[in-house]
Amino acid sequence: MSVHSPTSLSGALDALAERPDAHVLAGGTDFMVEVNFGHRRPESVISIGRVAELRQWSFDAARTAIRIGSGVTYTELMRSDIATLVPALAEAARTVGSPQIRNAGTIGGNLATCSPAGDTLPVLAALDANIELASVSGVRSLPFAEFMVGPKRSARTPSELVTAVTIPVTTGWQGFAKVGTRNAMVIAVCNAALVVDNAARSVHVAMGSVGPVIMRPTDAERWIADQVDWEAKRLSGDGEAIVAEFARRCSAGARPIDDHRSTADYRRHAVGVLSGRLLKRAFA
Amino acid sequence: MTGPAEVGNEDYSLRVNGAACTVNDAWLGESLLYVLRERLGFLAAKGACEQGECGSCSVLVDGALVCSCLVLAASAIDAEIVTVEGLGSPDSPGSLTDVQQAFIDEGAVQCGFCTPGLVAAVHDLLDRTPQPTELEIRESLSGNICRCTGYGRIITAVQVAARRRVASS
Repeated sequence: MSVHSPTSLSGALDALAERPDAHVLAGGTDFMVEVNFGHRRPESVISIGRVAELRQWSFDAARTAIRIGSGVTYTELMRSDIATLVPALAEAARTVGSPQIRNAGTIGGNLATCSPAGDTLPVLAALDANIELASVSGVRSLPFAEFMVGPKRSARTPSELVTAVTIPVTTGWQGFAKVGTRNAMVIAVCNAALVVDNAARSVHVAMGSVGPVIMRPTDAERWIADQVDWEAKRLSGDGEAIVAEFARRCSAGARPIDDHRSTADYRRHAVGVLSGRLLKRAFA
Repeated sequence: MTGPAEVGNEDYSLRVNGAACTVNDAWLGESLLYVLRERLGFLAAKGACEQGECGSCSVLVDGALVCSCLVLAASAIDAEIVTVEGLGSPDSPGSLTDVQQAFIDEGAVQCGFCTPGLVAAVHDLLDRTPQPTELEIRESLSGNICRCTGYGRIITAVQVAARRRVASS
C-alpha cells in the first residue's frame, strides 16, 4: 500500500494521473469507515488534505459568485462570509455529523462521495452550482445536475479531482431543512433546500434522500413562481392553501425508496412537509 | 511515503504531544486511533464505534478536534497531534487539567470510557468559547456519546470549568 500526500494541486493531479486507481482521501469520514470495517483495502491513497489551494475560497469583486475550494471543511462553511453569502450552505453544513466530523469532512468529499443523502448537495442543486473538475489534461466545469448521475455516482473520471464549486450569489431568502432521529450525528432521512431568487422571480427547491439523485420538483417550482406577489415578497392569496399545495407538488416530485433508514411513504410525506415549511419561512 | 507504490509495511514518524514518535513496520491503512493505542501506547483515546459516531477517540490534529478513528495515520505525518495525555501543563506531567478536575468535582464520570473524548472536546470548546451557553455546550458535545450519565453532570462540569477559568484569568 502507498500513501501520497502532495502539497500542491499540480502534485495531486500528477499523482492521480500516475495511478487513476488510487483512492482520493479528503476528510476521511466516509473512506476510513470502510477501511476500519475491512470493506475496503486500498492499494494506493492520495491524501489531498495538505493541498493549500483546495482549502481556499473567494468571491468576485461584484460578489455575484463564490468559488469554494473542495478542501473547505463543513466547519469553515459555517463561518464568516460563506455563511453570509450562501446561508443555506452554512445551515446544511451545521447539520452534518458532529463538530469532529465537520472539522474533517469537506464539501469536495460530499460531492465526490455523491450520496443522495449528502447534506450540502440539495443546496448546490437548488443554486445551480457548477462543479469544477481538474486533471493533468485540463479543467472542466459541470452544472450540478450533470455532475451527479446516480446514487454515489458522479461524472468525475478516475483521473479527475473535484477542485472547487462555484455558486451564484442570489438576493432572496434561502434555507435548508432535514429530517433525522437526532439533531446531530444523523444521515438525512430526507432533506431539502429552498432558494428564492428575487432578481429572476423564481423559487428553486432541491430534495435529498428521496431519489437516486438530488431531485428538483420542477412542477412545484414553476407553479409557486406564479403564487408569489414579487413586489411585496409575499405569497399572494391564501397562504396556507398555497403552502399545502406546494408541499403536495414537492412530494409528487420525489422518487424515494424503502431502506434501513426509512420508508418511501414517510420520505415522500416528510419532504413535502420540509418544503412547505421552508416556503413558509421564505415568505413569512 | 511519497515514493512509488510499495507492497508491505513501512516506518514513519508522527508528532504526538510535541514529541516525534516512530511507527515501525506499520500497514499504511491503519487509523490514527489504532496507531496511537496499539503502536505508540497512548491509551487515552478509546476505540468503540470505529466510524466517527461516538467521539471516544477524539484528539486534536493541527488544532482541530477530530475522531482519530477517521484519520489515516500515515496521512498525518506532518501534523501536530495532541491527545488527552498532552493536554495538561508540560511543567507538571501527570497533573489534571482544569476540565478533568471539574469532571471529578461534579461527578461527571461514571464508567469513564467516554471521558477522554469528552475532555478533549471540552478543552476545544473552552479554548474557542470561554463562556459558552448551554446550547453551545450541547452542540459542542453532540459528537460524544455517554451511555451512563445522561449528560446533566457533564454539562455542569463544563460550566464549572468555564467559571473557574474566567475567574482565574
